[in-house]
Amino acid sequence: MCKIAVIGDYDSVYGFAALGIEIFPVSDPVAAGEKLHRLATEYGVIYITEHLAAGLQSEIEKYADRVTPAIIQIPGTSGNTGEGIRGVRRCVEKAVGSDILFGS
Amino acid sequence: MASTHITPTRMELTRLKNKLVLAVRGHRRLKDKRDELMRQFMEMIRENMELRRKVEAGIHAAGQNFVIAKAAMDAAALNTALMVPKQEIWLEIRRRNVMGVNIPVFVTKTRTADENDIYPYGLAFTSGDLDLAVKSLADILPDMLKLAETEKACQLMAEEIEKTRRRVNALEHVTIPETKKSIRYITMKLDENERSAQVRLMKVKDLMLEEAHHYP
Repeated sequence: MCKIAVIGDYDSVYGFAALGIEIFPVSDPVAAGEKLHRLATEYGVIYITEHLAAGLQSEIEKYADRVTPAIIQIPGTSGNTGEGIRGVRRCVEKAVGSDILFGS
Repeated sequence: MASTHITPTRMELTRLKNKLVLAVRGHRRLKDKRDELMRQFMEMIRENMELRRKVEAGIHAAGQNFVIAKAAMDAAALNTALMVPKQEIWLEIRRRNVMGVNIPVFVTKTRTADENDIYPYGLAFTSGDLDLAVKSLADILPDMLKLAETEKACQLMAEEIEKTRRRVNALEHVTIPETKKSIRYITMKLDENERSAQVRLMKVKDLMLEEAHHYP
């Protein structure tokens, strides 16, 4: 049995607490990285705000080839940076060799 | 060049021929695997994209609702209201095998039997906007989980496709041509050896005839 976690600045994540998802309000990328590693073994899905994830790309990459945890970027209150969509595009590029879904 | 390092013997030739057969067969299989993976990947990535758009829009809308809720209540009351969650959600992670790639399948379990039992506060001291905000977030939760599932699957499949493609290319452009070249080299060398042996024999025969019968 795994739980679900959300990492992000407090304003972006506090709503998720009501749904039974555990929230970890962090605003500093370094602390978020440590938190991520600690949570990785216990949690099945970790949502992280795009804003925080921007500074943690290399940490997130480490879990890319494991089945769990799934680290998913979500937009925070500070707005959508488009990083999540870019992640999907990178995935396509990796598999196909070029970005065929959205043009370039 | 590989052909300079191989010894031109019949045994080596047999070995290389077997290797070529294996390589060609492996190449065909891997190519099939790559094509099928790619087909499934394309289906999944489309779904992924759609879900992502939906979830991002949903979270954005929910965020706005929370801001409105926050405006109508003081921060302390809001924090208290959300401090002790009533609902808890667990995931049972199963694995599904797609063309040799393990992808996760999430089965959600909630603590209370009713999934909509999400409001962890009494209704007396909170604004109705908070209910709406929590509801809007709860509504996109299934999509968020689906997104996590597909996005992870896409990542894992992309990885596998890349690996398979490398293997296909290595077989197609390195292993197979080089083995073919080596086989050709050995065949030529063996033929050449045979011819020189023949010529040597003919020459020896001439010499012996000359010695015995004084042919010109």
